[in-house]
Amino acid sequence: MNDGHDDFLDALESGNGYYLECANGHGSLPPRTVCPHCGDRDLSETALPESGTLDSYTVVHVPTPAFADEAPYVTAVADFGAVRLTGRVLADEESVDIGDEVSASVGGEEESRSVVFEPR
Amino acid sequence: MLLYCRPGESVFRRLSNFVAGFASLLGGVAVRQGMTDPRVAGVGLTHFGSHPARTSRDLFAEAGLAALDDAGVDPADVEGVFYGNFMGEISEHQGHQGPLMAEAIGVDAPATRYESACASSGVALRQAVRDVRNGEADVLVVGGAERMTNLDTEETTEALAIAADDLYEVRAGLTFPGAYALMAAAYFDEHGGGREDLAEIAVKNHANAVGNEHAQFQREITVADALDAPMVAEPLGLYDACPITDGASAAVLVSESYADEHDLDAGVAVTGTGQGGDKMALHDRDALAHTPAAADAADEAFADAGISTDDVDVAEVHDCFTIAEVLALEGMGFFEEGEGIRAAADGVTTRDGDLPVNLSGGLKAKGHPVGATGVSQLAELTSLLRGDHHNSEHVSDARVGVAHNAGGTVASATVHVLETKE
Repeated sequence: MNDGHDDFLDALESGNGYYLECANGHGSLPPRTVCPHCGDRDLSETALPESGTLDSYTVVHVPTPAFADEAPYVTAVADFGAVRLTGRVLADEESVDIGDEVSASVGGEEESRSVVFEPR
Repeated sequence: MLLYCRPGESVFRRLSNFVAGFASLLGGVAVRQGMTDPRVAGVGLTHFGSHPARTSRDLFAEAGLAALDDAGVDPADVEGVFYGNFMGEISEHQGHQGPLMAEAIGVDAPATRYESACASSGVALRQAVRDVRNGEADVLVVGGAERMTNLDTEETTEALAIAADDLYEVRAGLTFPGAYALMAAAYFDEHGGGREDLAEIAVKNHANAVGNEHAQFQREITVADALDAPMVAEPLGLYDACPITDGASAAVLVSESYADEHDLDAGVAVTGTGQGGDKMALHDRDALAHTPAAADAADEAFADAGISTDDVDVAEVHDCFTIAEVLALEGMGFFEEGEGIRAAADGVTTRDGDLPVNLSGGLKAKGHPVGATGVSQLAELTSLLRGDHHNSEHVSDARVGVAHNAGGTVASATVHVLETKE
């Protein structure tokens, strides 16, 4: 159980993804008490855009034990405007490229839940 | 004088650091009244490699005693032990390692473990440098140790991954090689370059390790070896990654007055120290292919020492992956962004180039016992500047060396400047 993180994943899983936005428009991921970019304490939940673009990706061949059955798999950083997310890309590695449009959802179960991306 | 401005950095800040450096160059006494730069009285290293049955206390005893012997300092004079270690809880179920390490080298003094992932002994060194400088202590032992190869590859991959954001990076399948692979892919996308350029860095560092009795891989490789090796996290292959290593490092830092009083042969001083920090997770940073923490650490350390990049004769940088060497050299201002990728291939950073980098073999070939790495760089540079290093002949006139140690995906970075003194 991780307060904030669990709520974030619950919302993303149900199609209501959000990020935390400060008064200066910076984005961050919960749990946060202050904006990591400017220290502003006035954080509110803002809807995560439906579409993001891949900033970078890698094909992981040597995994941690938790992903031993998944390798090789693609992990990427995707830009959703004010906030970026790290997640596995649910697509064949040959079809993934920087600049691709993706949507974010949740993969895995319980304590292993995490952000995943699907090509749009 | 190089005065590159990195994205998001003001010309003013860059200039003010330059002015500060210039001021300390001209008027060091006025700027740092009462401070004397610590001398490196002695250094010690274990062999870096696979020693799965050796405990960290055993490893550190070897390195620490070697450093004390090299220094000719009585252990009874040591006033503190500053020790770096990252994953002792995981690899050998051992926390609170500071006192254990003081015992291991026969020192009866307060001892503290520092943890900043792969920069653990870099930050330990920084604190020791400051304490000697500030007159808090005259004799300190700094160092680090890591035991890793008693775990298998998957377990080590998991242990190293905890230096990243567990909730938002590791759970999403990111490994440490994976994180640097994201940085490499972003670099190639932004600046060009490719795996062949990275291979040249691995070839260079392997060549440098030949003859280093402490190094894990004392053998040369070819570009083809690197390109043909299995993938770890694309675009990084096995030869882009440092190995998994057991080992320890140590050094004895003393005040100038202690060195004089005890007639020590301590002709190398730490004249500059700097530390930078950044957001923990890659996705929370402005850019993936830059390391502003290294830039901040270098700016601070160079200004502290009153030097510029042009003054540096030799560098040891944190090449945990080949791309990391590129990012380190660009971050510290030795190359403009996008130009560091060709430095090894063009011969600039090879041992006979203008700026030899990682004459020890680097993390890539010498090995990377995580908590020991920062002080091992200090040990290598001290030997290079003293002239008793296996690669000293290539830098026989060297007076100024720089060590760059990084933690995580460079959310922590330290830079230290070493100079020869009369």
